[in-house]
Amino acid sequence: MEKVKNIVIAGLGGQGVLTASDMLAEAAFRAGFDVKKSELHGMSQRGGSVSSDVRYGEQVLSPMVPAGEADVLLVLEATQIEINRPMLRTGGVLIDPGLLPEGALKNKKSLNVALLGAVSTVLDIPQEHWMAAIYANLAEKLHKVNDQAFALGREAALKGSIARHH
Amino acid sequence: MTTAERQLLSGDDAVALAALHAGVRLGTGYPGTPSTEILETFDRLGGRAQWSPNEKVALEVALGVAFAGARTLVTMKHVGLNVAADPLFTATYTDVEGGLVIVSADDPGMASSQNEQDNRHYSRAAAIPTLEPIDSQQAYDFTFLAFEISERWKIPVLLRITTRVCHSKTIVEPRAPVSDLADPSFERKIPTRVMIPAYAKPAHHRLRAKLAEIAAWNEAEGPIRLDVGNAELGVISTGICAVHAREAAPEASHLTLGMTYPLPMERIRAFAEGVERLLVIDEGDPVLVDALRAAGIAAEGKPEMYRFGELDVARVRRILVGDTSPEPVPPKGKPPELCQGCAHREVFQALGELGCIVSGDIGCYTLGVLPPFSAMDTCVCMGASIGVGLGLRHVLPEDQARRVVSVIGDSTFVHSGLTGIAEMVYNPPATGHLVMILDNGTTAMTGLQEHPGTGRLLDHSTTNKLSFEGIARAMGVQNVQVVETTDKSVSLKDVIAELLAKPETSLLITRQPCVLAAPKIRFYDKAAAESARGQTCSADIAD
Repeated sequence: MEKVKNIVIAGLGGQGVLTASDMLAEAAFRAGFDVKKSELHGMSQRGGSVSSDVRYGEQVLSPMVPAGEADVLLVLEATQIEINRPMLRTGGVLIDPGLLPEGALKNKKSLNVALLGAVSTVLDIPQEHWMAAIYANLAEKLHKVNDQAFALGREAALKGSIARHH
Repeated sequence: MTTAERQLLSGDDAVALAALHAGVRLGTGYPGTPSTEILETFDRLGGRAQWSPNEKVALEVALGVAFAGARTLVTMKHVGLNVAADPLFTATYTDVEGGLVIVSADDPGMASSQNEQDNRHYSRAAAIPTLEPIDSQQAYDFTFLAFEISERWKIPVLLRITTRVCHSKTIVEPRAPVSDLADPSFERKIPTRVMIPAYAKPAHHRLRAKLAEIAAWNEAEGPIRLDVGNAELGVISTGICAVHAREAAPEASHLTLGMTYPLPMERIRAFAEGVERLLVIDEGDPVLVDALRAAGIAAEGKPEMYRFGELDVARVRRILVGDTSPEPVPPKGKPPELCQGCAHREVFQALGELGCIVSGDIGCYTLGVLPPFSAMDTCVCMGASIGVGLGLRHVLPEDQARRVVSVIGDSTFVHSGLTGIAEMVYNPPATGHLVMILDNGTTAMTGLQEHPGTGRLLDHSTTNKLSFEGIARAMGVQNVQVVETTDKSVSLKDVIAELLAKPETSLLITRQPCVLAAPKIRFYDKAAAESARGQTCSADIAD
């Protein structure tokens, strides 16, 4: 059986962590994979730490990514990197806001989609499913700005070198 | 969300979709993480859903619906079932006509709760058949199955789900909606619905007979999954632990139980006989392993340290090898806090400055216990602030008793605070007492739900509104005062100090909409005003 892909998305309440994990799970679903997504959101609106796990592949069992087994860790807030780093496997990829050229992001609210653009370069989900999943989770008036954000993150990741966890 | 296609759904949304497809006439409940989204989604999909003041009332309303012959779903978090326990324990004696399904959403690990009670204990104690889904597809399928069982044996059914099932999204394949349900109609059936001893005694015998039949059904055709692996290790599990266990021990044999009360003991015995080592993976209390041992099946359970918190794949791997060494402590994240601009901040600032002993309650304002305020001294359950505050007042030395204040939110007050006010009026402490309702116009902590004090229904349309000040006056509270915290001409601290100085009973309501809810409330108010104007216009035209 193909190995399950494990992605952890983390940040603070209000940053769009859960929307980002919904988009990623939806993209993998549209690409025909079995998908499970897990989150704890009871306190998320009160500014505390939030994280969400997405797993996809031929067959996914537990919805939670075991510590040390994340292929990708996407962190939306620099202060949340260290507390989530133990989730990464050796050779796993960390994606954080430092990846984006300073001042390049027009709307701060689309940071989650910009960093999903970067994530898209290391996952085997075709681009059309990404865009459909992002649109499905946003009001139509936000589509254009998030198109740009996704492209920005994708380009930054393709140009730059993505840090691998050792 | 569409209703017919294969889709990615949370466990909560899957239960809501199944309720819609199963023909539920009315869904009731009280908001509580992780159950809240079920009724909200059911409403959004076009179902009829309503919030009750608390879980006891929600279950009683649902019981009436079931007696009338219609299908009904009641939702609550685990501690809500404590509140609904009184009707629950006798509802199982009655015969329901329409299916009655009670959803208990447990919170092992306490993501957002005051305890991690395991509501599987209620299954045995209240004698209620119980289903435990492992993912959203089963949450959907078991909701259907629960209605079928409920109607076949005329018994309420418990659907026990946990935070990880409620809030994880997995793929769901919906089925065709049912369409052949009979319309509700009253039929008099006194012996099966009037639980006086003369009728309750035979009813208890009927209940045990129903359970025996359901156990036989579970043995023969219940939702049991058998994965035959090697014979060295057999794992029995239920709910979310079953997928953790299958991932942690892919080579083992697995028996996954869908209905965990009454248990299919012969199926379990046969499985046990075919394996060398039998391990039960129970999340929370050792409910399943204890039941097996009571039936004479030698089963191995988990070490005591794994009773605490959620299980996951890593913890199940440790249980498999009997590892009881200390677990790695996950790094601490940023704790939640009261929002900037939240009116509760001002209240806890004032209570702190006045050196109050604060008897607290359940809601956002419980965050007043954390720095920088550290201004809460007790918090136990919904409504406890008033009773606990009164108890403190009754026995503390006078200089301490005078500083005791009970603090409760608006939704919590409606849920369980009214009887506390009755107690205060009936048994007033010598120093009097002060109860504060922090009225932010919403059930904020669970995600901004309506309640009987907001004047709006679950779908945010207008309805009757309770007046807290009117209730307190009618009940005989001596001082009833309202402070709009946005009114800077009034010092909240001074008002509290004045009321604390009086040996009288007082209710102080601080009123300011929750900062997260305020824009929504303005929108609902505007919509209600427009709709009222529209009605006047059309009436004019009709004239």
